[in-house]
Amino acid sequence: MATQTLTTPQTRIQHAIKEGLFAGLIALGLFVLLIGFKTDQNIRNELILVQRWGTLAIIVAIAAIGRFVMVAFIAPQLARHRAAMSSTAPQAAPQSWFKANFNKLAVVFLLLYPPIILSLVGVQGSLKWVDNFGIQILIYVMLAWGLNIVVGLAGLLDLGYVAFYAVGAYTYALLSSYFGLSFWILLPLAGILAAFWGVILGFPVLRLRGDYLAIVTLAFGEIIRLVLINWTAVTKGTFGISGIAKATLFGLNFSPGPDGFAAIFGLAPSSAYYKIFLYYLILALAALTAFVTIRLRRLPIGRAWEALREDEIACRSLGINTTTTKLTAFAIGAMFGGFAGAFFAVRQGFVSPESFVFLESAVILAIVVLGGMGSLSGIAIAAVALIGGTELLRQLDFLKEIFGSDFTPELYRMLIFGLAMVLVMIYKPRGFVGTRQPTAFLHKDHKAISGAFSKEGHG
Amino acid sequence: MSAAESNGANAVLSVDHLSMIFGGLVAIDDLSFEARRGEITALIGPNGAGKTTVFNCITGFYKPTQGMMTLNRRNGETYLLERMPDFSVNGRAKVARTFQNIRLFSGLTLFENLLVAQHRVLMAASGYSFKGLFGLKGYRAASDKSIAKAREWLNRIGLEARADDPAGDLPYGAQRRLEIARAMCTDPELLCLDEPAAGLNPRESQELNALLRSIRRDTDTSILLIEHDMSVVMEISDHVVVLEYGRKISDGSPAHVKNDPKVIAAYLGVEDIETEVLADVDAPELKSKIQPKLQLAVTAKSVSAMPPSKAEANASGSGRKKSLAKRAKTAKPATGNKAKSKTESKGGR
Repeated sequence: MATQTLTTPQTRIQHAIKEGLFAGLIALGLFVLLIGFKTDQNIRNELILVQRWGTLAIIVAIAAIGRFVMVAFIAPQLARHRAAMSSTAPQAAPQSWFKANFNKLAVVFLLLYPPIILSLVGVQGSLKWVDNFGIQILIYVMLAWGLNIVVGLAGLLDLGYVAFYAVGAYTYALLSSYFGLSFWILLPLAGILAAFWGVILGFPVLRLRGDYLAIVTLAFGEIIRLVLINWTAVTKGTFGISGIAKATLFGLNFSPGPDGFAAIFGLAPSSAYYKIFLYYLILALAALTAFVTIRLRRLPIGRAWEALREDEIACRSLGINTTTTKLTAFAIGAMFGGFAGAFFAVRQGFVSPESFVFLESAVILAIVVLGGMGSLSGIAIAAVALIGGTELLRQLDFLKEIFGSDFTPELYRMLIFGLAMVLVMIYKPRGFVGTRQPTAFLHKDHKAISGAFSKEGHG
Repeated sequence: MSAAESNGANAVLSVDHLSMIFGGLVAIDDLSFEARRGEITALIGPNGAGKTTVFNCITGFYKPTQGMMTLNRRNGETYLLERMPDFSVNGRAKVARTFQNIRLFSGLTLFENLLVAQHRVLMAASGYSFKGLFGLKGYRAASDKSIAKAREWLNRIGLEARADDPAGDLPYGAQRRLEIARAMCTDPELLCLDEPAAGLNPRESQELNALLRSIRRDTDTSILLIEHDMSVVMEISDHVVVLEYGRKISDGSPAHVKNDPKVIAAYLGVEDIETEVLADVDAPELKSKIQPKLQLAVTAKSVSAMPPSKAEANASGSGRKKSLAKRAKTAKPATGNKAKSKTESKGGR
C-alpha cells in the first residue's frame, strides 16, 4: 500500500486529500443518476424528474470524507497495529477471561435479560425489547442451530430448511384450531412431523451431492409453500390461519381475564408477561437444541456426520451406512425446525405462507455460514448480528430526518445484510468462529482445530 | 477354480471368474485367485492392469459384471461380497480397505479418525444414540474400550503424541500409516491396501513393511495389497498375483513370480523388442560388458537416448515399449535401494 511508504504526516494528509477527492468524484459519477434524480408522478399523473442534490451531496461527502479518514488515520493505525502484532509472539497472549468464559456469561445474560429490561424500561417498554429483539433473535438462533446439524455437521447443503419451519407452524396452527389440542401436546408432534418430512425429503436426495442437492432442497421448500397456498380447503391459502390458541404455563393462561396470570399474581394486566413467558420458552427450546447438538457430536452418530462431511467414500469403507446417517441428520435438523415453527405459530397467533418464503431459508443459511459452520456460539453471535441488526435498523428513526420522511430504513435491510456478509467473508472467511472443537481428546492440553482443514461437504 | 478349491479351507478370500466390464472396456477378465489366511498377498501388475478395479469389486464399491467373491470368516460365516452393499462389506464381512489417494477425514483429529472407524461397535453400544444421549453405563464402557483401542493403534504407528492434531496436518507418510490404523480399527479379517507405499521415501517404506509385518504377526488380519514398490512386495508378501490387462498372468511365491518369463515380459517388454533395441545400440564392446541382469536397464537408457524419430518408430512397432522402458528404470532402483534404506532406517531409529 502506498500509505505505508508515506512516513511524514504532511505528505500523508496530502495524499489522503487526493484520495478523498478521487473517491468523492467516483461516488458522484456513480450516484448522480442513481440518487441525484428520481422519477416520480405528480398530482396529474405525469412523470416528473425530482432532483435530489442534497442527498447526493451527503452520499458524496460520506464517500470523500470516509476515504480521507481511512487513508489519513485508520490505515496507518492499522499498519502500526499489525506491525506491533507481528513483532510480538503470535500465541503469547493468553485468552482473555471474557473470551474464555464467553459461553457461561452469555447463558447468564440470556437468563437475566427480561428482568434487566423490565427494571430498565418498565413493563410496557419491555415489550419491544423482549419480543422484537429477544424472541425474534432466539427463534433464528434455534433455526440456525437446527440447520447447523444438516449443513455444518453433515455437510449437506439444504436451501429449503424453512419448509420444516412451515410444517411445524402449520402443525400447531391446524391441529390446535381444528382439534383444540394444547401447545404442549402439539410441540413434540410438530417436531415429529417435521422430522418425518425431513426423512421424506432425505430419501430422494440421498444420491445427490453439492449443487444438485441444493437445488432439490430449494424446490422442496417451494413445494411446501405452494401446497400451503393452494390447499385452501385446509390451510385457507394466502389468508393464513389466525386466532391460534396461546400457550399456557401448567394450565395457567396469560389472557387478561380474572383467572389470567397477571390477575392471580396481582399484577397490572399486560401482554408483556406473556412475552416474557414466550422468551423463556424459546430460550429453553434453543437450549435443548444446543444440548442435543453438543451431546450428539460426541456420540458416534455425530462423529459419523462430521466424517460424512469430510469424505463420504471413506465413511462407507469403514462400515458406516451413509444412507441412514444422512437421513438422521435431515430428520434431527428438521425436528428442531419443527419445534421452532410451532413456537413461531404460538407467538404470532397467525400463520400464512408468506412467512415461509425462500428468503427465510437464505437468512438462516447465511447465519450458519456467517457464524462458522458447526460452531454453536459463532452461529448465535451471527444471529444476534444479523437479526438484531435488522431489528435495530427498524428503530433508527433519526435517519428519516436526514433522508426525508418517506425513507424506510428496513428497506435497506438486505443491502446491509449483503454488505455484512461480504465484509465478514473477507476478514473471516470461515465465519466468526472459524475453528472446530474436536469431539474427543487423548491428551489434556488440547486446542481447537483450524477450519482450514475441515471440508465444507459435497452433498 | 481348481486352485481355489484345493486350498478353500485356508482361504480368507477367494475370487472366482471375476469379470468387470465398463462399456466396451474389459477391466478384469475372468480372474481367479485367493488370499490365504494369515498371509500377505500382493496384487501387482503394470499401470492399468485392473488392480484397483479388483479392489473396488472386493470392497463393494463396484458391482462386478460376472464372478463370485467369497469371504470366509474365522467364525465359519461365509459372505458373497458381490451381493453386499459397500458398507456391509466392511461391517459384516470385515473387509477393510485404504485408498490409493489417501482418504482421511482431514478436519478431524487423528484420534477422532480412529473413533469414527469404530462407528458400528459404538453405535450399537449407544443404543443407536438414545442410550448415549443420556450417558448410560453400557455406552460408557464401550466408549472407554474404543478409546483404548485408538490409543493402542496410535502407539503402534508412532503418532500418539499427535493424537489431537488434525489428520490433514500430518506428513504424507504418517497419513498413510494413519489410514492403515484407521482401517485396522474396524477389526478386519482382510485388510486391502491400495498402494500403501506410494509416495513414501525408502525409510518410510521400511517402516511400513515393519507395520504390515506386525499386523500379520500380532493380529488375525490377512492382508491383500496392491503395490508398485517391489522392495515392499518382494520383502513382505507371501504370495504374489500378477495381473496384466485384467488377466492373471502369474501366481505364486515372490521368488517364483520374479523369475516367471511372463511377468518379466509384462513389466519389462518381450524378447523381440529387447533384441531390436539392443541392435540399435550395436556396439560389441558395450554388449559384452552388459551383464545379463542389467540388460533391461540398458534397454531403457537406449530408448531414451535414441533420436525421437527412431524412438517413435520403435514405439509404434511395440506399442508400449517406451512406457515399459520407463518401468524398467523405476523398478530397478527400488530393489537396489533395499540394503541402503535398511541401514538408513536403522540409523534413524
